[in-house]
Amino acid sequence: MQLLLILVPTLPLLSATLLLLLGRNMPQRMVTALGVGSVGLAAAAVAVIARQWLMAPDPVTIVLWQWFAVQDFSVDISLHLDQLSIIWLCTITGIGFLIHLYSSEYMANDTDYSRYFAYLNLFVASMLILVLADNLLLLFLGWEGVGLCSYLLIGFWYADKANGAAARKAFLFTRAGDAVMALGLFLLVAEFNTLDIQQLVSSATDQWATGSLLPTLACALIFAGVVGKSAQLPLQTWLPDAMAGPTPVSALIHAATMVTAGIYLLTRLNGLYVLAPDVLWGVAVIGVITAVVAACAALAQNDIKRILAYSTISQLGYMFLALGIQAWEAGVMHMMTHAFFKALLFLAAGAVIECLHHEQDIRRMGGLRQRLPVPFWSFLIGSAALAALPFTAGFASKDLILLFAWEAGSGGVWLWSLAALGALITAIYSFKLIFVVFFGDLKTEPTHQPGWRMALPLGILGLFSIAGGLIVLPLDHIITIASGEPGHGLIAWISGAIPVLGVAIAYLLFQRGGIEHIGLIQSPFGRWLAGFWQGGWGMDTFYDVLIQRPYRALTHWWRNEPVDLLVAGVTSTATRIHSVLAATQNGSLGRYITVMVAGLILMLALLQGGVS
Amino acid sequence: MTTVQFVPLEHVLAIAGLLFAIGLLGLMLRRNIIFMLMALEVMLNSAALAFIAAGAYWGHADGQVMFLFILAIAAAEVSVGLGLVLQMRRQIGSLNMNVASRLRG
Amino acid sequence: MSLLLMLLLVGGAIAWYSERFDKELPAKIAIVVLLMTIGFFAYLIRPVLGADSSVSDGLGFWLLVESHVWIPRFGITFSLAMDGMSLLLVGLTLLLGVVAVIASWSEIDMRAGFFHANLLWTLAGTVGVFLAVDLFLFFLFWEVMLVPMYLLIAIWGHEGRAKASMKFFIFTQSSGLLMLLAILTTAVAYVTATGEWSFSYMDWLDQPLTGPIATWVFVGFLLAFLVKLPAFPFHSWLPDAHTQAPTAGSVILAGVLLKTGAYGLLRFGVPLFPDAANTLSTPLLIIGVVGVLYGAVLAFGQRDFKRLVAYSSVSHMGFVLLGIFAWNTLAWSGAVLQMIAHGLSTAALFMIAGALQHRLHTRKLEAMGGLWRVMPRMGAMAMFFVIASVGMPGLGNFMAEFLILAGLFQAWPLLCAVAAIALVTGAAYGLSLLQQAFHGPVAEVNKSLPDLHWRDMLALGALVIGLLVLGLYPQPVIDLVMPTLNAISAMVGS
Repeated sequence: MQLLLILVPTLPLLSATLLLLLGRNMPQRMVTALGVGSVGLAAAAVAVIARQWLMAPDPVTIVLWQWFAVQDFSVDISLHLDQLSIIWLCTITGIGFLIHLYSSEYMANDTDYSRYFAYLNLFVASMLILVLADNLLLLFLGWEGVGLCSYLLIGFWYADKANGAAARKAFLFTRAGDAVMALGLFLLVAEFNTLDIQQLVSSATDQWATGSLLPTLACALIFAGVVGKSAQLPLQTWLPDAMAGPTPVSALIHAATMVTAGIYLLTRLNGLYVLAPDVLWGVAVIGVITAVVAACAALAQNDIKRILAYSTISQLGYMFLALGIQAWEAGVMHMMTHAFFKALLFLAAGAVIECLHHEQDIRRMGGLRQRLPVPFWSFLIGSAALAALPFTAGFASKDLILLFAWEAGSGGVWLWSLAALGALITAIYSFKLIFVVFFGDLKTEPTHQPGWRMALPLGILGLFSIAGGLIVLPLDHIITIASGEPGHGLIAWISGAIPVLGVAIAYLLFQRGGIEHIGLIQSPFGRWLAGFWQGGWGMDTFYDVLIQRPYRALTHWWRNEPVDLLVAGVTSTATRIHSVLAATQNGSLGRYITVMVAGLILMLALLQGGVS
Repeated sequence: MTTVQFVPLEHVLAIAGLLFAIGLLGLMLRRNIIFMLMALEVMLNSAALAFIAAGAYWGHADGQVMFLFILAIAAAEVSVGLGLVLQMRRQIGSLNMNVASRLRG
Repeated sequence: MSLLLMLLLVGGAIAWYSERFDKELPAKIAIVVLLMTIGFFAYLIRPVLGADSSVSDGLGFWLLVESHVWIPRFGITFSLAMDGMSLLLVGLTLLLGVVAVIASWSEIDMRAGFFHANLLWTLAGTVGVFLAVDLFLFFLFWEVMLVPMYLLIAIWGHEGRAKASMKFFIFTQSSGLLMLLAILTTAVAYVTATGEWSFSYMDWLDQPLTGPIATWVFVGFLLAFLVKLPAFPFHSWLPDAHTQAPTAGSVILAGVLLKTGAYGLLRFGVPLFPDAANTLSTPLLIIGVVGVLYGAVLAFGQRDFKRLVAYSSVSHMGFVLLGIFAWNTLAWSGAVLQMIAHGLSTAALFMIAGALQHRLHTRKLEAMGGLWRVMPRMGAMAMFFVIASVGMPGLGNFMAEFLILAGLFQAWPLLCAVAAIALVTGAAYGLSLLQQAFHGPVAEVNKSLPDLHWRDMLALGALVIGLLVLGLYPQPVIDLVMPTLNAISAMVGS
């Protein structure tokens, strides 16, 4: 089992290395075999591990080697397998394999086929290291590694400058969070002289009082990194732009796995976070606000991928809401179901885009229900799960979050109301997609149907999007304070009915053409609001004006080295003195003699004065 | 050895000083290199005169030895100087010192 | 150890002489000389690496010591000594020497012999600086490394070489004179105290200078080292010198010469004058932080490939200054790691810059773009080294910066927070460099450029492996320098 566990991240890493070094000279079939096969093998290994582990559910720690040790501070390269990491392992390798398979068809005609699979494998390896890491530094390695791969894959089609800009934006935004998170790590090192997660949590529980300054500071600093990576307010603006990458990448990195790394980290450190209730409250508030804000933004988008991107931000907000109110299981559960249905939606969207010659604007789609049955059914299942209609996986997890929010202490009602509002909007925009894209008149004729390598992942993910809610997550060893069962009262019925209401509204607005007749939407204010939401609440402008432009102006202003002015001052003074002194050396012999005699007389006079 | 004083030392020294001053002024004011050379000769000879007078005054041969030295130096100086004057005339075409100030030395 | 120096010096002379036979001969001779030196170096350090002899034979943290009488009238000896830190830096010097020769293989077509002679002499000077434990000898080597480097820039540099080389020379020379003054003052103080002349580092350690004079002497040393490092207001020679130097010059300059400043601080500045250094540590840390951020800001604004990398050096060497004056072993080990990691990554970037200039005849970033399509090997290599210098975990630079910042945080949390901004600004200029040079649309004139030669790939591959080892298994390096750092720690009583 130990060997298998080591193999899990090593296989994709090895394949990535091989592809990077030799990929350009390999035949395409071999690239596919390496790229898809390595992740498939990793998934198989995870399946075996999970089976064995279910029989003997004890945490396993493997120390591979000592990373470094300075005096008594040492960090190992070591893997840790427990309930939480096994959930993520299954999600990453399972969905990862499906998306790799899908990619082998989606990217088949790309000239950089091998580079694509190299990056994608590298991503899977980094993500696996992230969730298997036994200490925060190794986790940080995976954390930065996935960020790097995200950068590489967003900017995969690098010939277009816009893609490069989106990639850099993603990297810099997450890096800003990570820099703050690194400070949190330094704080932990300074306090406990270790980064081992188990040790950290246990010593923190021993030494820090609940709600005191240090745990609050440490948790807040680490949460900053989480905000960046999981695209929460106020660092969320990179994710919609990240859609510049190939669609399977969006499905894998920017929906199912990387962006949920923040959820993983908070759950992993839940023992630390319960010591900082203020931070947890902040997590919940940021989560729920993000959920509503991003849902509104999703409602106003026209690009099919941007809708899904904003919806991802919004759903991540729900997960953070769950974590913030200490409903850890609900948060993790929603992560998993979200991974299923969001990957499904992205892959289905990718199929639609592929079959429509890279058309992404939903206003030029329509009536595709009969033309593209496989994407249609996938989309329907995915949207139902996203909207959390009853009997889907999304319902099982999101409903849980709503109920926990209702019971969460004094501010619970507010949290629930906002979350419910978000759920309503979610239902509206997810079915807006269905009605606009698949019903109505045919606007663009699809050129072909998706092949089996694209259809199979869609089918499997569709299955999980419905039945995934039945999976029982074993988390009792991870969570320090269990959250119990939420009550079932009237509120449960209301929470369950909201999505249905949303679907009905979407039907009236977008299928029946109701949107044309509502004065508020068509009024100048309504149009302005739609534009504002479509631009992501003006956040991009905000950063542009506040940070990017001043920084560019500063660099432009300083470009020619202001310090050199000091140096130039020294040289120009020397030059000036030179020009004064050089005037005495004019070559006129008569003047020289005169000055010489004058000097002689002066000296004699002085000498005389000195003697007498 | 007895010495006969026809002219007092002070007078000779005064004349030597006068000659030296004339030479110096000539060197400072003239621009023509030949005149400057001549002024230099005057200065050298004034110094020589002072040596002779002082030697006579003290009854020492050193003054006359120094005069011989000065004579030799003056001769050497004139020969080099005139050579330079010739070269200057050929290369620059003028005997004005200020024209030959290209080196600013 | 003196044989190491002899090999390089004599090798340089032979390379010079050989240019009259064949144009490529000097480069081949230089490679052979360097490989011989590396071989001898390996032979030299083989016994001390395995066995833990450093503690047992009474040398303290020194691994090898060698001393000859030189000028006994003034107590000046020709003494060299090697500990873990100098071992690493000498190794780095020789490795980068090979890289530099490879980088300039096809670039130098004028007076190749004299070029390689100067290259080898600079390396000899640098190795001497890292090994000398007699301060007079140290100063001598300090000059030996400077003059050939000046010639390298002044003769084989690019269009603005005259000004750049003059600036380099004046900056380093004037600060070097201050150091000479400081050395002489300390020597005189030693005579007054003990009645005997000595320039030996070990003697000076036993007889520490105290009082206000110590501060002044320390400032003398400090200025020389800060200029070399280079630290914030003294850095402005570096962008010019780097930009104008030939590729090999940039590689050596950035990879090794800058490290002599940091080495000098750690070896001489801090242990000889601990109190003075401690008093001045606050302003120095602030200088370090300013340098880190200033370099990053200026790097982002550059439009010249080499200038951008040069400013990134200012930023990264600011981290070294931070590490040294954070005043704990954690940060010191980070500083030593940073010296090596920065040496490897920046040398590689300069090598790529040189290869680009050789092909495009310009360093302007506007003239590049989309070069990945044309030269995928070079693109991938540039990507790797930019990512490394941006501080990706798993590579050497991250390891170093992590240790430095973690050490700094324990003493100065707020300063550390400010320095951490550089993690973002550093990524900003690094990615902007990649974007402008290798991504985006490719210009028509650049569509048929040849990719990197296998020789270049070999050199870059060695650097890649070095950075990976430093990032994933830095323990051997840390173990090597730890005795020295512990000794320094004991000397300064921190």
